[in-house]
Amino acid sequence: MTTSTRWRPPKLIANPLHRHGLTLLVVAYLIWSLGTLDIDWNRTAQGMGRAGDILARMFPPDFTRWQLLVRGLAESVQMALAASFFGMILAIPLGLCAAGNLAPKPVYLAARGIISLTRTFHEVVIAIFFVKIFGFGPLAGVLTLIVASVSFIAKMLAEDIENMSMSQVEAVRATGASFPKLLIYAIAPQILPRYLGVSIYRLDANVRHSTVVGIVGAGGIGQTLAASFSRYDYDFSLAILLTIIALVFAGEFFSTWVRGQLR
Amino acid sequence: MLTINNLVKVYPTGKEALSGVDLTVSEPQVVAIIGSSGAGKSTLIRCINRLVEPTSGSIVLDDTDVTALSRRGLRRARRRMGMIFQEYNLVERLTVMENVLSGRLGYVGFWRAYLRNYPPEDIAAAFELLERVGIAGYEDTRADALSGGQRQRVGIARALMQRPDLLLVDEPTASLDPKTSRQIMRLLCELAHERGTPALVNIHDVALARTYADRIVGLHDGKVAFDGPADALNHEVLTDIYGEEDWSTTLADAEDGAGKPDRRLHDEVEHEAAAG
Amino acid sequence: MTVDEHARRHPEVWRRFSPRQTLVRYAWYLGIVFVAVWSVSNLDIPWFYFLDAHTQAGDLITRMIPPDWAYFDEILDPLLETIHIATLGTAITFFLAFPVAILAARNISPNAMTWFVARFILVASRSVNTVVWALLFVAIFGPGPVAGIWAVAARSIGFVGKLTAEAIEEIDEGTVEAIEATGASRLQVLMIGVIPQVLPVIYGTMIYRWDINIRESTVLGFVGAGGIGIQLYASINQFAWREVAVILLAVFGVVIVSEFVSAIIRQRIN
Repeated sequence: MTTSTRWRPPKLIANPLHRHGLTLLVVAYLIWSLGTLDIDWNRTAQGMGRAGDILARMFPPDFTRWQLLVRGLAESVQMALAASFFGMILAIPLGLCAAGNLAPKPVYLAARGIISLTRTFHEVVIAIFFVKIFGFGPLAGVLTLIVASVSFIAKMLAEDIENMSMSQVEAVRATGASFPKLLIYAIAPQILPRYLGVSIYRLDANVRHSTVVGIVGAGGIGQTLAASFSRYDYDFSLAILLTIIALVFAGEFFSTWVRGQLR
Repeated sequence: MLTINNLVKVYPTGKEALSGVDLTVSEPQVVAIIGSSGAGKSTLIRCINRLVEPTSGSIVLDDTDVTALSRRGLRRARRRMGMIFQEYNLVERLTVMENVLSGRLGYVGFWRAYLRNYPPEDIAAAFELLERVGIAGYEDTRADALSGGQRQRVGIARALMQRPDLLLVDEPTASLDPKTSRQIMRLLCELAHERGTPALVNIHDVALARTYADRIVGLHDGKVAFDGPADALNHEVLTDIYGEEDWSTTLADAEDGAGKPDRRLHDEVEHEAAAG
Repeated sequence: MTVDEHARRHPEVWRRFSPRQTLVRYAWYLGIVFVAVWSVSNLDIPWFYFLDAHTQAGDLITRMIPPDWAYFDEILDPLLETIHIATLGTAITFFLAFPVAILAARNISPNAMTWFVARFILVASRSVNTVVWALLFVAIFGPGPVAGIWAVAARSIGFVGKLTAEAIEEIDEGTVEAIEATGASRLQVLMIGVIPQVLPVIYGTMIYRWDINIRESTVLGFVGAGGIGIQLYASINQFAWREVAVILLAVFGVVIVSEFVSAIIRQRIN
């Protein structure tokens, strides 16, 4: 028999130099990052005990202040709804401008610039600026969520427009239709289902994000949550967390249902 | 060797796929199971190693009643039955060798399998099998880089790695072109005879079945409608199994490709003449 | 053909929607507008704030210019810390998300109970924002990057776990069947038949989550969980807008680069 009878199991990375190099790199990174991080190991070591302590104080969750909870929750939901509504509408012009196959180059670049700039910064960073301009309260939160929604929906919209079939657009243009007519007859029918789907998804994402802008004072249930944490009111915190989880779950359920109906 | 008694399978949907199948395989032979789609061929094969849980009846392999086994016992029984699939069912992202060695999973522990640390005799056996099925040199190729015929050869090698007492083969050629189909069927039957392993082969292609199998079982509506030697297959039998149709070309195909003229039956020839 | 028949076949008025459909559509529009109006009106928005908002915003921007470039030296370490938090948090996720995903995949979860518990973990992890997780971990581990790392990990489990579970639910069942037929144990089936099929999805999701986590880590400092957020928060509260400008530009650069790196790696995996 001429075939070899030695067999080595295949490695994820065939080149041994790369493989060992990568392992070395990972180890070096771990040493470097853990070494430079400003970690108080004593305090960290106490963590396990503290976790048990906090957990013990969280149970049972305290729902007695449910009016406060419901008020915060309602505010979060309203912020999410309002932000989704305005986000949906404002995203249309921005999305059209950000579509490379429709918009002139300078407009396209400007729109893409706005989208990537707003996408880069975390909601909380944007929220803190709105708080500085508009003061504490839900207005700053709504504006934050609007900015995030517009940028998200517009990006998706622009990508859909760029991927749509140009032959349909050409056919309608050949009838002598103007751009607005082109929009409602050739572009909208192609992208509408996805646009609605993305908007509904954004509603459900806004519900989730509305719980966090409150941390910097921009309204909603996040504000209630941050307050309960700072007062070591852990049983109330757990009640709020459970409510948020239930709310997000319901929102996700609703958005899946609506998207199913749209198909 | 294998005795199946009054095997019934009713799916949760209420569909009765098998309604009392009796089948005995007592010598090393290739048994082709034919029948129209939905006749229960696939269910029958899968009931034998309990990939499909039978509703009632018994399946006895040598002296173990497969239907009565616990999970653990079932795994031991499965080691003795090699299975070959229509869609090959290889792990696409693993290499040929890893796929072939997966036939030994029932024998090695978790960590050995994780580290791919198989005993040397398994590796030697795998190399031997790769050469025998005609894909020597491909051991380090990933399965998703192979052609259909090559994948099925890997599938056969994997099943034989188990050193099985019984081969269960589910439509081995249905996804292959005609030439490759014949090569694969020939290889399968040769290997079954070489190793003295009985094989149950589900097959759509009647001509192929008749050419290569020793014995043919026809299923119709979840029951055995025919059980006899390959050359006893004729117009009436096929009509019993599949329903009325002009079978002359199918039968002629098998004659042409058979290379077994001694098996030719006179009444069949007469029948063909009459039909033609 | 009578006149009646002709009129029925060739009506002079053609409508895309029947009156009933039109009514339903307008009811939807009305409902949506109603919900929007209700939401906005209930939020007690002080509209007069908008009157001078543009001057306020303009003021803010002019105060940021020119950025205080000298401050960059001081934020280099916090920037690195931000990246470390995201990277280490994502690395921990890899080990935690995997078992949860396996239990949360309907087709391989041992029973309904394990499936439910795993699904609950995934939903809980995703519902709670990284910053909220950070609040909790700051309470446990005290302020600092450790809380941030665990916050990132806790939030990412849901993201990576959910996508992995979905990938597991879509694997080729035939392969699993084939491995089961060899007499392999459950763990072996998982390792040989299931995991190789979903590994690319897991790697892709992890890398994608890593670049999201970089962005998330930039704000963890707001609640004391380490990273550049601490400096950003301090500078904003001291109205040191020229420092804020430097931090924002640095964050912008890091996020863009990480997004780029993540896109390239994901492309190479596929």
